[in-house]
Amino acid sequence: MSSKEDLYKDNHQTGSLLDDMDMSNKNLQSIGVELLPLHTEGTVHAKRIGGVFRQAKNLVMIAWLAFFLSPYLTWNGEQAILFDIANGKFHMFWITILPQDIWVLAMLLLFAALALAAVTAIAGRAWCGYACFQTVWQDAFTWLEEKFEGQPNKRAKLDAAPWSFNKIKIKLPKWLSWAFIAFMTGFSFVAYFVPVHDLWARLFAFQWSLTETSIVLSLAGATFFFAGILREQTCMGFCPYSRIQGAMIDTETVVPTYDIDRGEPRGRLKRAKPGVEVPVLGDCIDCNLCVAVCPTGVDIRKGQQFGCITCGLCIDACDSVMVKLKKPKGLIRYASLAEFAGKPFVAFVKRPRVIVYTSIMSLAAAVIVWGLLSMSPIDVKVLHERAPLFVLMSDGTIQNKYYIKVVNKTENEIKAKISVEGISDLTFVVDKVLFVPAGDVGSAQLLVRVPEKDLKKTDIPLVIKVTDEAQGITSEYDSNFISPKKR
Amino acid sequence: MAHKNPWPDEGNTGHIWDEDLRELDNPPPLWWMLSFYAGFVSIIFYTLYYPSIPLADGHTKGLSGWTQVSEYHESVKELNNWRERKFAWQEEQMSALSVEEILKDDELRTYAVKTSKMLFGDYCAACHGASGQGNPNFPVLVDDDWLWGGKVSQIVTSITTGRIGYMPARGLMGNLTDSEISEVAGYVLALSKGKGEEPAVAAGKAVFAKGMCIACHGPKGKPFAPAGAANLTDKIWRFSADKDDIIRTITYGVNVKKNGVLIAHTRSGVMPSFKERLPNAEVNIKRLAVYVHELGGGL
Repeated sequence: MSSKEDLYKDNHQTGSLLDDMDMSNKNLQSIGVELLPLHTEGTVHAKRIGGVFRQAKNLVMIAWLAFFLSPYLTWNGEQAILFDIANGKFHMFWITILPQDIWVLAMLLLFAALALAAVTAIAGRAWCGYACFQTVWQDAFTWLEEKFEGQPNKRAKLDAAPWSFNKIKIKLPKWLSWAFIAFMTGFSFVAYFVPVHDLWARLFAFQWSLTETSIVLSLAGATFFFAGILREQTCMGFCPYSRIQGAMIDTETVVPTYDIDRGEPRGRLKRAKPGVEVPVLGDCIDCNLCVAVCPTGVDIRKGQQFGCITCGLCIDACDSVMVKLKKPKGLIRYASLAEFAGKPFVAFVKRPRVIVYTSIMSLAAAVIVWGLLSMSPIDVKVLHERAPLFVLMSDGTIQNKYYIKVVNKTENEIKAKISVEGISDLTFVVDKVLFVPAGDVGSAQLLVRVPEKDLKKTDIPLVIKVTDEAQGITSEYDSNFISPKKR
Repeated sequence: MAHKNPWPDEGNTGHIWDEDLRELDNPPPLWWMLSFYAGFVSIIFYTLYYPSIPLADGHTKGLSGWTQVSEYHESVKELNNWRERKFAWQEEQMSALSVEEILKDDELRTYAVKTSKMLFGDYCAACHGASGQGNPNFPVLVDDDWLWGGKVSQIVTSITTGRIGYMPARGLMGNLTDSEISEVAGYVLALSKGKGEEPAVAAGKAVFAKGMCIACHGPKGKPFAPAGAANLTDKIWRFSADKDDIIRTITYGVNVKKNGVLIAHTRSGVMPSFKERLPNAEVNIKRLAVYVHELGGGL
C-alpha cells in the first residue's frame, strides 16, 4: 500500500507543466493563469489629445459618414445601392445581382475576411483600432460626451455624483444626441433594403411595417447600448473578432509596444539635489498619459494584452511628452516582438501567413472580376424530363421532353427564341416565343423528336440555344437526347 | 469530509474534502435566478395552456384548445383563400371558356398545366404513371397515339364518361383457329413495320379479313376514326409488341365477358368516368384535359 504522501509526491518525471509549478499556493497566477490587466473601475473616461493617429482615426470616422449618405445616391433615377429583398434583386450602381449570383457576395465576404486576416498579421488589430464601427461610434459618442460634460475628471465626478435633477439636466443633451445618432444608424441600415425616400415619407405618416420598426429600433437600441454604455467592454467581452484577431498576431506583427529597454526603470524627473545621488532612470517619466488617453483603459507598458485595440492613441500621447522632454519619439511605437528580441525584419512577402492570406484574397478577387465580367444578362436552365426519359411516337421517332427556364436579368422584356442544334434530322416543338418581363423568370416546354435512323447512340449531346434578337443576347445550354437501346 | 471548518467566515457550505478543498456558497446573479424562476412559471403556464400531459386515452387538451392539426387546417384555409383571390380571373375564365379556347390562350393553358399536376397525381397517376408515361397494360399519355382521339375535346370526353374497350375473342365471329390467330398475329406485327403487303404474311392478311378484324381496325389496319380500336400500322402497341402477347390478345380479346364476368386471360382495359370522382369536375376535367394534351402527344 502506498501512502497518500507517495501518491502526491512530486517526482519531476511526468513531463507535465505541473512539475515546474509551485503547488503550495493555489492562486490563479501560480498555476499558470495569467491575470490580464483589465480596466474594471467603471466607465473609462479617456483624455483626447491630438496627434498622427488621432488624425487617422478622424479620417476613418469621416469615411464612415458614407454609411449614412450612400442611400441617397441615385443611379439612373433609382437608388444606387439597394438590396431589394422582396423582389430578390440587389442593385449596386450598374450591377444588378439576382439571388442565383449571390456567390459573388460569398467571394466578397471571403475577400474581406482574408483582408482582415492579412492586415492583422501585418499590423495587428488595425480594424479594431481604426475602422470598426464599435470603435468609431464609441469615439463619436465620447466626443459628444466631452462636448456636453467636459473633461474626463469632470465626467468621472459627474458619474460619481448622486442622481439629481441637475445631473439629468447635464446628461440629457448627450443622451438625446446619442439617441439621434443611434436612430440614424438603424434608419440608414434599413435604408439599404427599403428605398430611403419612401422610408422617410412613411416615417412621418407612421406607416412603417412591424419589421422595419423593430429593426430600426433594435439597431438603434443596440447602437446606444454598445457605443454609449457598454463601450470598450464590447471589445473585451462580446466581440468574437477581437478574440480571433488576437490569435492571428505573431511575433512579426507590429503593434503599439512600449520599449521596455529604453523606458525602464521609469520614474519622475527630479531636480538633482546636492549630495543626493540621482538614480539612473529610463526615458519613461511615468506620467501615465498613455493610460489616460487609452479608450479601453489599458496600460500599454505592461506589454501586449487583449484589451489593447492597437489604436495608437498612446503613441500620440507618449510622443507629445517626448517632444516636450526633447527626447526622441517612439518610446511607445509600432514594433514587433521580434524587433525587441533583436531579430532581423522579415519582409512581408517572405511571411507564410501573408503569402497564404494574400493569395486567397487575390483568388477571391479574380473570381469576383471574372464573375462580374462573364455574367450573362440571361440565365438559362434546362431540365430533361426523367419520367419517362424518352417516348416512342407512332411513326417510330423518339421524343424527349425538356423544361426550359429563362431568367431575365436585364431591365427590358426579352422575347426569347428557343432553338435546338446537335442532331441533323431533329425536329422540335416549343410552344411559344418566350416573353420574359424584366427581372422575371419564364418557362417553356420543349419537345425534341429524332427519327429512329439518326439514333446511333442512346445518349447524344444537344445544344439548346436561347436568343433575344432585339438585344443581341444569346445563351446556350448543353443537354442530351436519350433514346432506348437498340435490340 | 472534514467536520471542523477552519474557514468559517469565507462563506463556504461546510463541505470540505482533502483538508482544504471546499465548496463555496456563491449564488448565481439575481437576473439568472429570476429567469430560472420565470422558467418554472412558464412551464406551469405551458402545461395548463397547451395540450401537454399524455393520458391513457389521449392527452390533456389545454385551456387554449390549440392543436397542431387545427393550426395546419387554418393555414391551408388561408392559403386556399389567397389562391381564390389571386387566381379569381383565371378560374372564372376556366369555367367560362371551352377547352379549345383555353388551349389556345397562352396564359390560361400555362395556368391549367401548372394547376393540374397535383390533380393528375391524385387521380390519374395510379394507372397512367406520375408523368403520364404509362404502366404495363395501361396507356401511355405522352405519345401521339390515341385510341379514343388525342384532340383536347376528345380527351375531355374520355375523362368525363370514361372508356371501356372491347375486342371480341377469336375475331368478330369468334371462329378463328389457333393457327389462324398465329398467322394474323404475324401479319399484324408486319403491319407495324410497314411490311403488310409482303407475301410472307399473305395468309395472315386473309385471316385479318376473314376474322372481320377490318370492322374495327380498318381494311389497312388503321381505324377510320378513333373509337377504341388500335391503329395497327404504327409503332405503338396498346399491350405489347411481343408475338405471344398479341396472340393472347386476339385469342381472349379485351374485356370479354361471359355471364357478366370477365373470362380468363382476357385483357382488361377500363377507364372509369371521372365526372363523379373529381371535385369541381366541370372545371377540373378541362384542366386535366389540357394537361394531358400538353404532356407531349396531344393532337
